[in-house]
Amino acid sequence: MTFIMNTEINLKTLIVKKPLKLDCGKTINNFPIAYETYGSLNKNKDNAILIFHALTGDQFVTGLNPITNKDGWWSYAVGPDKAIDTNKYFIICSNVIGGCMGSFGPSHKDPNTQKILGTNFPVITINDMVNAQNNLLDHFGIEKLFSVVGGSMGGMQVLQFISNFPDKAKTVIPIACTSSHSAQNIAFNELGRQAITADNNWNEGNYNTKETVPNRGLAVARMAAHITYLSKKSLQEKFGRKLQEREEIKFSFDADFQIESYLRYQGSVFVDRFDANSYLYITRAMDYFDLGKQFKGNLSDAFKETEAKFFIISFTSDWLYPTQENKDIVIALNAIGADVGFVEIESDKGHDSFLLDVPNFLNSLKNFLDKSYTEN
Amino acid sequence: MKNEFKVIADLIEKDKRVLDVGCADGTLMKFLKDNKNIDIRGLEISKDKVQKCIAKGLTVIEGNAEKDLSQFPDKSFDYVVLSQTLQAFLNPELVINELLRVGNKAIVTIPNFGYWKIRLHLLTKGTMPITKTLPDEWYNTPNLHMCTIKDFVHFVKSRNFKIFKSLALNNEDVSLINNSNLGIKNLFADLGIFLIEK
Repeated sequence: MTFIMNTEINLKTLIVKKPLKLDCGKTINNFPIAYETYGSLNKNKDNAILIFHALTGDQFVTGLNPITNKDGWWSYAVGPDKAIDTNKYFIICSNVIGGCMGSFGPSHKDPNTQKILGTNFPVITINDMVNAQNNLLDHFGIEKLFSVVGGSMGGMQVLQFISNFPDKAKTVIPIACTSSHSAQNIAFNELGRQAITADNNWNEGNYNTKETVPNRGLAVARMAAHITYLSKKSLQEKFGRKLQEREEIKFSFDADFQIESYLRYQGSVFVDRFDANSYLYITRAMDYFDLGKQFKGNLSDAFKETEAKFFIISFTSDWLYPTQENKDIVIALNAIGADVGFVEIESDKGHDSFLLDVPNFLNSLKNFLDKSYTEN
Repeated sequence: MKNEFKVIADLIEKDKRVLDVGCADGTLMKFLKDNKNIDIRGLEISKDKVQKCIAKGLTVIEGNAEKDLSQFPDKSFDYVVLSQTLQAFLNPELVINELLRVGNKAIVTIPNFGYWKIRLHLLTKGTMPITKTLPDEWYNTPNLHMCTIKDFVHFVKSRNFKIFKSLALNNEDVSLINNSNLGIKNLFADLGIFLIEK
């Protein structure tokens, strides 16, 4: 199987008529934003939570993802009675622009030529993503969200959102993220992009027919990235030097080790659900993210207009978005006397911790949300 | 709630902005928030205790007072509270300076090493004293810089900080410390509570 949008499944889509001026200078209009909702919006419309997804996420936060037939990416955290309780809150999540799950992205066709946009799609930023998603608030008639939540790139969107729309959220929860993509993060993203563009099938982004999709490159990009989401300790404990369905090494370049086989599998399932060009565009948006720079180097200024209550969460074993980078956000908020709580969760599971069953994390998230909601 | 916290709470007027350094499970914070409408923040190093604060709906920052106080701007709180932790820092003087920079006033409480039971323990047994307030052995105590009420008063005066109120606590008894009774209080109080300003 290769990546093709399954048009059989009806994705909920909002067509944004209002023109959106992108950071690159281009303007887009009449573009789709694919979204999903969970729970129900109350009468006062004050129980809505906007969740932002990470690099390879989508709008299907929880329950069964109808495209992949797997659990939604944040099923541990979101659902009835879970940390983000769908019995209580109305959850909105949309696919970012540049993505490949129904929102306007490089796999969309140019209406004139009927060819995929590919690299003719404009380069987008985190700022563009949140400005596009803000249209969903108007769509649902929500003046103020109860919360904006997201991990990794989702956390960057959270920060950008509250900076752009200081009055539109009561609580703000950036998780395992940064206010400025580090050289190491850019380096890993570049590695992924090089893997994709080195695949001959990429063909400068024009791979209209499904037989010639740059799956090899995309799989390698995913494999490299996947390592950065885990910790050395978790890899060692899970795989060590265990061999894959064999007693001895084979003196070949087959997947002798279980870790090799595991990574190959991760790469192969990823290409079934993700578009290589989207991977290029979204990683680029992450690399361009530097919120402090938008405010002449003073990150505090990004938040000086908001009265929202912040809760920042990092993980001990996350070396991709380490605690210090999360703490820099806390420091910037404290410098202006903002209401900010911070916790570093003990976990061996690396950056992926926020997606996994880490009880102290999920409890913190639930307690913060539920206590803040009762104070409403 | 322990008597010490009641005494601290009585020193703080309603509607103020307070930072509780080493806020533990948030007992004092919760009391101040619920009863005195205090805009309260906590700083706590223990992950378990941070979780307890979050469960109470309190705004807490996980961190270390010796490093993390520096992120708060000058005079960003009306009061900064430091309860029975001064002796555990590598550099207590630096922490006191930070408390008085961040807060208009600081409330500092110290376990009194001059307390008669401690003196007697050392005198008669010749080993490091273990009491209710100081329950650990010398080799596993977090306390690095024990001092007496007298030591603390001398220190504060030598730095020209203002002492607004000095209180001696002995179980349920609270009494004022002044120049004339300092020696007595230093003998009979197991805890000293000080309201100071730079």
